[in-house]
Amino acid sequence: MTGVAEISAAWAPAGAAVLLGVAAAAAALDGALAARADGRPLRAGVGLPVAETARLFRQRRRNTVSADVLLRWIGVGGLLVVALLKAAVVPLGGAVLADLPTGLVWFNALDVTVWALVWLVGWGQNSAHALVGGYRFLAQALAYELPLMFALTAPAVAAASLRPADIVAAQADLWFVLWMPVAFAVYCLALVGFSVWGPLETPVGADVAGGVLADLSGIDRWLVLVGRWTLLTAGAAFGVTLFLGGGAGPLLPGWTWVLLKTAVLLAALVALRRRLPALRPERIQAAAWLGALPLVLLQVLVVSVVVVGRS
Amino acid sequence: MADLVFWVLSGVAVASGVAVFSVDSMARATYALAASFVAVGLALLLFDLQFLGVITVLMMIMEMAIMAIYMIMFMGMNPALMPMSMVHDKRWAMAAAAGTFVVLAAGAVLVPWPDRAGDPADDLTAAVGEAIMGDKMLVMLTVSPVLFATIVAALVLALPSGRYARLGDHLGRRTAPARDPEGAGR
Amino acid sequence: MTLETVLLVAAALFCVGLYGAISQQVVVMVMMGLELMINGVILAAAGFWWFLTPVPDGQVLLLVVITAMTVEMAMGFGVATLLHRSRESDMTDMATDLSR
Repeated sequence: MTGVAEISAAWAPAGAAVLLGVAAAAAALDGALAARADGRPLRAGVGLPVAETARLFRQRRRNTVSADVLLRWIGVGGLLVVALLKAAVVPLGGAVLADLPTGLVWFNALDVTVWALVWLVGWGQNSAHALVGGYRFLAQALAYELPLMFALTAPAVAAASLRPADIVAAQADLWFVLWMPVAFAVYCLALVGFSVWGPLETPVGADVAGGVLADLSGIDRWLVLVGRWTLLTAGAAFGVTLFLGGGAGPLLPGWTWVLLKTAVLLAALVALRRRLPALRPERIQAAAWLGALPLVLLQVLVVSVVVVGRS
Repeated sequence: MADLVFWVLSGVAVASGVAVFSVDSMARATYALAASFVAVGLALLLFDLQFLGVITVLMMIMEMAIMAIYMIMFMGMNPALMPMSMVHDKRWAMAAAAGTFVVLAAGAVLVPWPDRAGDPADDLTAAVGEAIMGDKMLVMLTVSPVLFATIVAALVLALPSGRYARLGDHLGRRTAPARDPEGAGR
Repeated sequence: MTLETVLLVAAALFCVGLYGAISQQVVVMVMMGLELMINGVILAAAGFWWFLTPVPDGQVLLLVVITAMTVEMAMGFGVATLLHRSRESDMTDMATDLSR
């Protein structure tokens, strides 16, 4: 039906490397912008991901008293795994690692898994600030998850398929972002929400001493930080698939367009990050349930009417 | 291969099901139940039920994340700190469970099950969608009001007061007074 | 993987859940037992569907079971909150008004 073929699992390490590379580039850009804002030399900012990795890899792991090590370990290691599994269903031009007929639901199930993982990181440390962070994340997740689910529904309804490759193919004439802007905006907000990043990073906020990151050190801390950046990257790539036409574009091959668009979306998010205030969970609850949810439902209604009218 | 996967998943499902009632940490008990559901959800994939399997995983992880909060909020004590038995009628319950298992297992093994009638559709996800939007529409029509009634009923049960109690008779107050004032306001 | 083995695993899940639902004292733990029972029902229903009559109706039944589970959870949480607020307790032994 579409020109997307599943490639062998041997490509998985390459896919993981691409995901980590793009995430590192986004983190470097973020570091550079932070350095410029503070008036520090730009090079220190760009080198931040590498320097931080080197520092955390050498740091000794600190253990809190009677931590639930098993649950902490599941949460800490799980975030990166979830990001990799999300990226596996994103078609890179004509190639995809896992061509699931229900790829959209797969993505949704994985971002619900983040609920459990972030809370487990907070709970497992047996530390008050970390637990506050975990609870904050669940409250935040309650706000963003339902609008996100309906925002994901809109492209699926328009493409009449849950398969990411079909959704890309359905955008051959017109990118979905142009006629479902509300769904795209809600998706972007939810994306920073499940990445615990940007305006929605109060679960790791400085006001609770780092929240779920409070008592993490060494490789544990590195895994959670990398998990957040890769979740953001995988989410951006999936957003490109759903709303920005995937690999569609002139001259260059499809996979370069996917990477290019993902990079642009990530850069836009990183640039916006410094201009937005922190959104605390209790403040966004009413806006999410009474504002975003009805709006995105209206968006789905508009899309459904258009689809019925066209057929 | 499918057999091996099935046995591993069944083992995980039953073992974590037993763990729910044998571990002494509320968080571990809740997430053991989540693991049991995830294993069953993945087992559904073996029957080509992709949509339902993934949906089960999605819903159950979400529910268990909320369930953990309720456990910690309502247990009133931390069994991890104070080991104690929170059960009653343990022997009777064990006997009832064992008896039920014997009956069910005997039924599963002894009943002469008929042969398979018909073949599954090519696209099972589309098939279930067409079923609930087509000749099984009545199911959908019933489920929707039931779910809506559930939302209303659960809120009525759980909320101590309505918005008029919080925001005044004309809903004019911007913020609600704290129900159980703490600190200096007590 | 035959129908019998699937049903045996489902029966095991159901009975572990039954044990929990009968023996636990805390309302939320009772709910977890009920959930585990429904987990077994889901597996059994999927097994029946796949090995006996793989027509769409069976999938609709599974959807209904999953819906029943969400209803059970939502009402359970509502009742647990109400019990906790009105009696400062969440033990089933202290909510026996209907049993005399």
